[in-house]
Amino acid sequence: MKLSQLKIGQVGIIKEFTDLEMSVKLMEMGCLPGECVKLERIAPMGDPIAVSVAGYQLSLRKLEASTIELI
Amino acid sequence: MKNIKKVALVGNPNTGKSTIFNILTGLNQRIGNFPGVTVDKKSGFTKLADGTSVEVIDLPGTYSLYPKSADETIVFEVLSDKQNSAHPDIVLVVADATSLKRNLLLYTQIADLGLPVILVLNMMDLAKKGNIEIDIDALAKRLNIQVVTLAARKSQGIEELKKAIQFQDKVGLQLETISVEAIAPELIQDISVALKTENPYVALQIAHQHKNLRYLSKAERQQVEEFVSSRDFHSQKSQAAETIARYNYINDVLLDSVKYTTVAVEETISNKIDHYLTHKVWGFVIFIGILFAIFQSIFAWSEYPMTLIETLFVWLEQAGHQFLPSGVLTDLLVDGVLAGLSGVMVFIPQIALLFAFISILEDTGYMARVTFMMDRLMRKVGLNGKSVVPMIGGLACAVPAIMSARTIENWKERMITIMVTPLVSCSARLPIYTLLISLVVPNKMVFGFIQLQGLALMSLYLMSIVSAILVAWAMKFILKSKAKGYFIMELPVYRMPRWSNVGLTMYESVKTFVTEAGKVIIAVSILLWVLASYGPGDKFEKIDAKYKAETYTSKYSEHEIERLKSSEKLENSYAGVLGKSIEPSIKPLGFDWKIGIALITSFAAREVFVGTMATLYSVDGDADQMDSVRDKMANAKNTETGLPVFTVATAFSLMMFYAFAMQCMSTMAVVYRETKHIKWPVIQFVYMLVLAYVASYVTYVILK
Repeated sequence: MKLSQLKIGQVGIIKEFTDLEMSVKLMEMGCLPGECVKLERIAPMGDPIAVSVAGYQLSLRKLEASTIELI
Repeated sequence: MKNIKKVALVGNPNTGKSTIFNILTGLNQRIGNFPGVTVDKKSGFTKLADGTSVEVIDLPGTYSLYPKSADETIVFEVLSDKQNSAHPDIVLVVADATSLKRNLLLYTQIADLGLPVILVLNMMDLAKKGNIEIDIDALAKRLNIQVVTLAARKSQGIEELKKAIQFQDKVGLQLETISVEAIAPELIQDISVALKTENPYVALQIAHQHKNLRYLSKAERQQVEEFVSSRDFHSQKSQAAETIARYNYINDVLLDSVKYTTVAVEETISNKIDHYLTHKVWGFVIFIGILFAIFQSIFAWSEYPMTLIETLFVWLEQAGHQFLPSGVLTDLLVDGVLAGLSGVMVFIPQIALLFAFISILEDTGYMARVTFMMDRLMRKVGLNGKSVVPMIGGLACAVPAIMSARTIENWKERMITIMVTPLVSCSARLPIYTLLISLVVPNKMVFGFIQLQGLALMSLYLMSIVSAILVAWAMKFILKSKAKGYFIMELPVYRMPRWSNVGLTMYESVKTFVTEAGKVIIAVSILLWVLASYGPGDKFEKIDAKYKAETYTSKYSEHEIERLKSSEKLENSYAGVLGKSIEPSIKPLGFDWKIGIALITSFAAREVFVGTMATLYSVDGDADQMDSVRDKMANAKNTETGLPVFTVATAFSLMMFYAFAMQCMSTMAVVYRETKHIKWPVIQFVYMLVLAYVASYVTYVILK
């Protein structure tokens, strides 16, 4: 399952990334394999999304979230 | 003991770095540039307990030493280049204690550069509330550094921080965090030998960033480029491997020093607020409401201080004419400089309020939510959610706003943002709008709570934003780019605004406005007064002679002759000739030659318009009747028809012109600096002028 497929309130654990360029940026922001992510909310127009990860809130587009594979 | 001179503050965005900087330096700070770039360099001095004073430099916030924007490049440059004038002796890494893991990534990178580091854990109060227990001693021992805990917003721990700076030299250097050499051993060796870098991590970073480092010579860059390709170095793969190694180290460190007590799942306050502020419907309603409230308050709250300033200047002009010896110099001082200044100084309250509101929006974290809500919409027109920040900032001033577009990583999105930001109504247009609105829009309430003048102003602002979005959409099809944009951004928790920060922003903005705009306005006022008071050839003598003739002295009173004479003189002055020469092209817009003069003088800076009007109508007006600019303009009559100059049609047409035309030298200069090509400001100037002319013409024809 991908991060972009989570429903609001659902929690997942990051398994791996499918895009090298994106993975570097995401890891810098605390998205690491093994880390818990929870989908907090979706922007009014359906995109981007906000997730809780590593103790803070991160917003990212669905396209970017789809490069994160969850366990 | 080694004499410590410079301390640099480094940290992630939203860690309270600026708050710490403000507490350390107080009002004792100045804003300059880093050598060779236009990145703001905030620096100041702080006094330690032993009386020595050290320079504190605030570096741009960043998540890592790998830069994603132009501003972030400066961090590695300053820290790795010993020749850089901002190169520090000690680095204070500020980390948010509530998300330590992510924050420590930057710490490990900086620690490996080999500069002495002090770790500053901020927001300890919030961490305690979040049941995060940090064993400071264990952390300090493990990293072999001084760790200082702060709650900067409550000003707790600052003395300890100063002590840590004072006694830094008693502590050994921090331990290396990861084995940097293992990542690219041969390449690091090559670069270390060729460029004589002492530190392996500096060498590795140079391998990644050599194309953008300004302190490398062309030959050095080429050499590094050769090493990189001969060693088959893949920047992204290497960065990924390094980042994973760093997090492994951090996990190991945190295992022994941090305890997260699992808490009952309870929604944080921030989350609850977001429930409403980013709601599908309420989110936008609240956003529009907030903007509306801001403009209503700017109008309402600034009224009293504005009248006060107006009265003061009228009094000064009166006193000037009364007490100074009459002559050319007094006329220049009173009718030229003072009249020009009064027209502009009167808007200080509005500008201060606007900057204050924007800094509150930023400071509370609301701006980030607006970005979040708008990204989808902005992307549709070729922009990025982050374009909202420059566009809202453009409400204050396009110059810093265009610079803030640096946070947009994608070239195309950034270019479009830069191109449309000057369309957003800036504070320099505010004086023009308020003046013209107060002339033609009645000060009435509709529906009992909406002020008509405020509504007119708000509509102008909304129109400016809509036009910016439409132009952006058009440019999306013109500009070509393959690179994909992205939107990975922290949503900071909501916080109360730091009122001292808001005050500081107001103070800085007014100071800049008064000194920068003031200089231009005084110069233009003097020039204008000269142009308006003298004419080509012997025309002025002829006019003097004409009104001495019997036909006039018998028919009119001395007072009226004086008025007719000065009016004709103005028309025949250099300024009049200039204004008249462009009159044919602006007549279709409903402007006369006097407005033409104002258009010319305000070409370099819009705010000059009001000053010009003040000066022009002072020359024209009665010497013994000192009205404010507003009254002078309201009484202005067309000399041919006798009808008022400022009708609804002319006033709105004029506002349209100022809304769209690019009349700001500073903006054009900053666009050139940011885009590094002259074609961008030129394109911008032309398209905005065309828009301005068309919009004015249509407005005038409809309202006439």
